[in-house]
Amino acid sequence: MTRPPKSPRAQKSAARSGVREDPASAYDMTDAKEQIEHRTLACIVDNEPGVLARVVGLFSARGYNIESLTVAEIDRNAHQSRITIVTSGTNHILEQIEQQLLRLVPVARVIDVTQSGGIERELALVKVAGQGERRVEALRISEIFRARVIDTTNESFIFEVTGASMKIDQFVELMRPLGLVEVSRTGVLSIQRGKEKGG
Amino acid sequence: MGQMDGHTGGDVTQAEMLTGAEIVLRALTDQGVDTIFGYPGGAVLPIYDAIYAQDRVRHILVRHEQGAGHMAEGYARSTGRCGVALATSGPGATNMVTPIADALMDSIPMVVITGQVPTHLIGSDAFQEADTVGITRACTKHNYLVRDVNDLARIIHEAFYIATSGRPGPVVIDIPKNVQFARGPYVGPGAIEHRTYRPRTIPVDHRIEEAVALMARAERPIIYSGGGVINSGPKASEALRELATLTGFPVTSTLMGLGAFPASSPQWLGMLGMHGSFEANNAMHDCDVMVCVGARFDDRVTGRLDAFSPGSKKIHIDIDPSSINKNVRADVPIVADCGEALSALVAAWAARGRQKGPDLSPWREQIEQWRARKCFAYPASTGIIKPQYAIERLYALTKDRDVYITTEVGQHQMWAAQFFHFDQPNRWMTSGGLGTMGYGLPAAVGVQAAHPSALVIDIAGDASVQMTMQEISTAIQHDLPIKIFILNNEWMGMVRQWQQLLHGERYSHSYSDSLPDFVKLAEAYGAHGIRCNSPADLDDAILEMINTPRPVIFDCRVEKAENCFPMIPSGAAHNEMILGSITGDEIGEAGKVLV
Repeated sequence: MTRPPKSPRAQKSAARSGVREDPASAYDMTDAKEQIEHRTLACIVDNEPGVLARVVGLFSARGYNIESLTVAEIDRNAHQSRITIVTSGTNHILEQIEQQLLRLVPVARVIDVTQSGGIERELALVKVAGQGERRVEALRISEIFRARVIDTTNESFIFEVTGASMKIDQFVELMRPLGLVEVSRTGVLSIQRGKEKGG
Repeated sequence: MGQMDGHTGGDVTQAEMLTGAEIVLRALTDQGVDTIFGYPGGAVLPIYDAIYAQDRVRHILVRHEQGAGHMAEGYARSTGRCGVALATSGPGATNMVTPIADALMDSIPMVVITGQVPTHLIGSDAFQEADTVGITRACTKHNYLVRDVNDLARIIHEAFYIATSGRPGPVVIDIPKNVQFARGPYVGPGAIEHRTYRPRTIPVDHRIEEAVALMARAERPIIYSGGGVINSGPKASEALRELATLTGFPVTSTLMGLGAFPASSPQWLGMLGMHGSFEANNAMHDCDVMVCVGARFDDRVTGRLDAFSPGSKKIHIDIDPSSINKNVRADVPIVADCGEALSALVAAWAARGRQKGPDLSPWREQIEQWRARKCFAYPASTGIIKPQYAIERLYALTKDRDVYITTEVGQHQMWAAQFFHFDQPNRWMTSGGLGTMGYGLPAAVGVQAAHPSALVIDIAGDASVQMTMQEISTAIQHDLPIKIFILNNEWMGMVRQWQQLLHGERYSHSYSDSLPDFVKLAEAYGAHGIRCNSPADLDDAILEMINTPRPVIFDCRVEKAENCFPMIPSGAAHNEMILGSITGDEIGEAGKVLV
């Protein structure tokens, strides 16, 4: 279940962080010069009461970031849920996050979606109100983004748009001057490419 | 760890129907539990009925639930088995939080059973209701709220498996009162296989080969062992000794690891870290190959991280993959049980045959030079008892006995680690990670419950011991003749020391005015009290303590202003130890913010 620490990666980051002119240690752990990366992790967990609190509590207790979080049961018979977390940190922190997640008893596996080249998608509901030219422009842009209109009144649309988070960010930005009222987003979902099961 | 007792799993179809409370007692019995530590209350009364109705599990009645938790820890640490504590809902459970967090930090196997309000009242702010699983989620290895009596037996067995396997730790089982009354099937322990929890215990072969290849080329090697070796069981300590004998490598250990390697061996360097020995810390700093086994590069051990052992390749053996690369990067990570990994290293080393490695004698000579500094030396006194002298005499007068030592937290704890020497594992119980003042007295009660005829001594400070002093009453009630050896300097000594060294001698609230008369206090509880003021009387007084077949409180009046040295100040490196007394601002601003 547990993966061995990836030593090539560890060595690489050790070399990268050994930045001092006259290093006091080859193991200089100052992370300041290490790059912050974003990472999407999918945790397959036993769907028992409190499992989400365990995962979220781990992040807050150890000072890790959560940028996006989605959770739902994926297999009712097997009592399994998938928790997809977008987080950020140095390589060292990200490696720790993965190992700390694996320590939690109900966590079956952790899939590093970013590093294994998975697909990420998000769904957003976007309410835009306006009249005349602005209304036409909103509709026109929604077609470019392949957004669907799922509710309309004479003065508003609700669009449903899916895609990578960045695409949704762009869509929301374009709607802002056209009468954006509010946005609701699912957070990131992820899955592995190809025929294999993830993790 | 993790051995289940030999009972085979029951079949649900022919399972006995028992009440939840009966299931608890039956499961404890089937897990081989002979002693539990607890305190009754409304939400656990059905379980207390079930305790009343049987005589296989002994119940030790404590005075405060925190005491029960530390007793379970002491029991576990001294036997290698799982400790069990029992408390009621609400305040019973919250009082248990400190020992649970303590057990998590020090990887102590412990199962804590708490009562809960009936399921239909959960969430209603009922009397003595607390969200026990919520409160303990962050300080347990795992926890359960049992909503259905049909799950109860399985959960209890699973809890023992999780607490004792992999990296051990505390598991809480919260049982609502109506579940304790309800009837359900009892299933035995059987073979536990958890769906998602599968700790890895066997090392990967090529990592062992890499480790041995590094070790074979080492010119300045060191073995740095920790509490994981003790948790792994006696075989791991044997394998450690064998590896040290085969390789000739010097050995140091963390506070938690004392006793896994014999202090009487010439290869022993003493404890390392903030108050460790000069030779151990310098050897850690200058080594070229470090074999870290069952330790986690804690900040008390490493000192300044970016100057920690700069020139060494590090082999890190740990059963918890998250420990590896957490604080210090490992060149050869070995995720495995310490005993398994050490045995594999012994076998791989032996298989090399008689290949000649680098000559270690220059390294040994260097170590002897450091040792010759006699870093633990202190000015002797004939007028007043030096705390170091008190521990030295305690050691000298008890070492040939069946002795177990517990401690509280502070200066006395460090002096005990420096001046009391251990040749066997499981003899030393102390709160390492969490640093819980008040641990030692109840832990001693737990140790004595497991080893009725042994000499169990809590080396205490006058401040710490008052945090759980009431448990002396537990010792009296259950005829557990623990000895509480208080190094009484009237100060919170370690706080005073830090105020002297780091805070300009501003002794803010570290002096304990109005200390109790510990001799009268002992008598009030029904124990025996001894006071000693003079080095000349000390031996006789210690012998009196040893020979008293009842609990003893020993008020050892020691030098008030003694500091604990050597010391690596916060933010300093291993080779920047302070050996003697200093005052003032030697410690930089960066160091002062550290704890």
